[in-house]
Amino acid sequence: MSARMIWRKSLNLFMLSLTALCALLTVSALFFILGYLMYNGGKDLSWNFFTHLPAPVGEEGGGMANAIVGTLKLMLLAAVIGVPIGLLGGVYLAEFGGKTMPFLIRYTADLLNGVPSIVIGIFAYALVVMPMHHFSTLAGGFALGIMVIPTVLRNTESFLRDVPRALREGSFALGTNKWRMIATVVLPAASRGILTGVLLALARVAGETAPLIFTAFGNRYWSPGWMQPTSSLPVIIYTYATGPYEDWHRQAWAAGLVLLGLVLLTNILVRTFLGGGTSYERS
Amino acid sequence: MATTPNATTPADFAWSPRALLRRIQDADEIAHLVTLIAAATLLLITVLLVYQLWVLSAEARAKFGWSFFVTQTWDPVSGDFGALTFIYGTLVTSAVALFIAVPLGVGAAIFLAELAPPKLSSSLTFVSDLLAAVPSVIYGLLGVFLLVPIMRTSVQPFLKHTLGFLPLFRGPAYGIGFLTAGIVLAIMIVPFVLSVSREVLLAVPRDQREAALALGATKWESTAKVVVPAARIGIFGSVFLALARALGETMAVTMVIGNNPKIAASLFSPGYSIAAVLANEFSEATGNLYLSALIELGLVLFILTFILNGLARLLIVVTTSRGSGVLPT
Repeated sequence: MSARMIWRKSLNLFMLSLTALCALLTVSALFFILGYLMYNGGKDLSWNFFTHLPAPVGEEGGGMANAIVGTLKLMLLAAVIGVPIGLLGGVYLAEFGGKTMPFLIRYTADLLNGVPSIVIGIFAYALVVMPMHHFSTLAGGFALGIMVIPTVLRNTESFLRDVPRALREGSFALGTNKWRMIATVVLPAASRGILTGVLLALARVAGETAPLIFTAFGNRYWSPGWMQPTSSLPVIIYTYATGPYEDWHRQAWAAGLVLLGLVLLTNILVRTFLGGGTSYERS
Repeated sequence: MATTPNATTPADFAWSPRALLRRIQDADEIAHLVTLIAAATLLLITVLLVYQLWVLSAEARAKFGWSFFVTQTWDPVSGDFGALTFIYGTLVTSAVALFIAVPLGVGAAIFLAELAPPKLSSSLTFVSDLLAAVPSVIYGLLGVFLLVPIMRTSVQPFLKHTLGFLPLFRGPAYGIGFLTAGIVLAIMIVPFVLSVSREVLLAVPRDQREAALALGATKWESTAKVVVPAARIGIFGSVFLALARALGETMAVTMVIGNNPKIAASLFSPGYSIAAVLANEFSEATGNLYLSALIELGLVLFILTFILNGLARLLIVVTTSRGSGVLPT
């Protein structure tokens, strides 16, 4: 083998191993994060954490029951606000729609999808908090709901487009009209994909902190109804991690583990059991 | 049930009351209308978002004009606001993030698209997708308690020792600051560079690789001289996409950047970013001018990400449609 050939072969080997190293580094980051959180958060996770309110500031102990319920309430609101609009809008793009309108909507969805979450927070502040003059669960849910729309919309569209033409034609051949064909044939055929998209979109906003800081704000007590400020897991992690108390830091780790577990578990379950993953993700 | 689908006669498009009534009674038309309203809501929300940002920042825009972007002062007490320090912080942290994340992400994408067997490739992509799903506050948490101490005790002294002749790596090692924020951001955006780059690399036709290999090129030569150049524009697209994310990323940066509005050449210095100042000061802003200045910062962030996202999508669509046509979006 000539010297040149040896040089080329070894460069080949070197560069290819380097790319493998890049992939290894990237992928191991997830396992590292998960492991580190389990190590740090696991030891402070107790039953009290899930059932008790936060202790008064400066005192040790207490839990985050209100933050967990708050996050669930915010998720519910986000789903109620975001999913119907995204779903129906996706049906419009895939099934109706002419030329200009779908292009415009698709483009806008991509644009809205790329808007930083903190800017969505400003929007919710202007639209909900300012008229009401106080922070509320509603404002937080509204912000998260808006973030859900573009993902659900584009996802629904792409899964509806994948439904085979033969199914539609079969339905038409039986004499149904279009909306019945969509409701009874096309949507059920695409339902797994659509559900995947919805759940992943909700899992993503479950971890959003920035749009909640000045909409849902925070609360050291239970938040009755929908018009009071509420605590939520992401915001309390932020508050506790940047706070001055050792005990807060320990609880922030525990809350971090709960939040990460929730988000990753949803992702893994949905992606493995509902199939495929999405063709459209937030970017 | 009797209506035939898509039976549109010219009369259906007439706007006479009777034709309109007939359209409204048609169930298909109702379904069309309902879904159209949902889709139009998205447009409405976006227009309203831009409108609100514009109107609510009017006071600051009128008072400071273009000087807002070149002024360093940020003094809520005397009502004097300038965005330069925040814009600087946002740009510097994003630049550090790209400097680390682009080689790492593209390298990993090359491995996944060109080398790894399909099964390994898809499971590693799965892990990378999960990494993208980790909430940003979790990165912040790890940043504050793990990365900051490491930076302070080992990384920054080491950099100072070896690369200290550069103005970038001078000054006291606080742990927090531009460099730490940039590193956290880098870890956060790698999955995005990776997944989009992998997609565009896979869209390069197989024939091109085989042609290069048939000419006697090694695997690396075929990758570096044929495949990557063919996917070049799409990779740029992935970089813009990642940059747009880095610019708007809030929590992780807020927790490690130091929240100190100043411009410094050293990456060790604490700084501030647009998103971080919004997160910290928005809920406590007193007075209309203060709030208006903060919202103008939001407007700046919106415009920056808007331009970058538009550009990114254009580039990605151009490359993937030239290849085998796997569209990532």
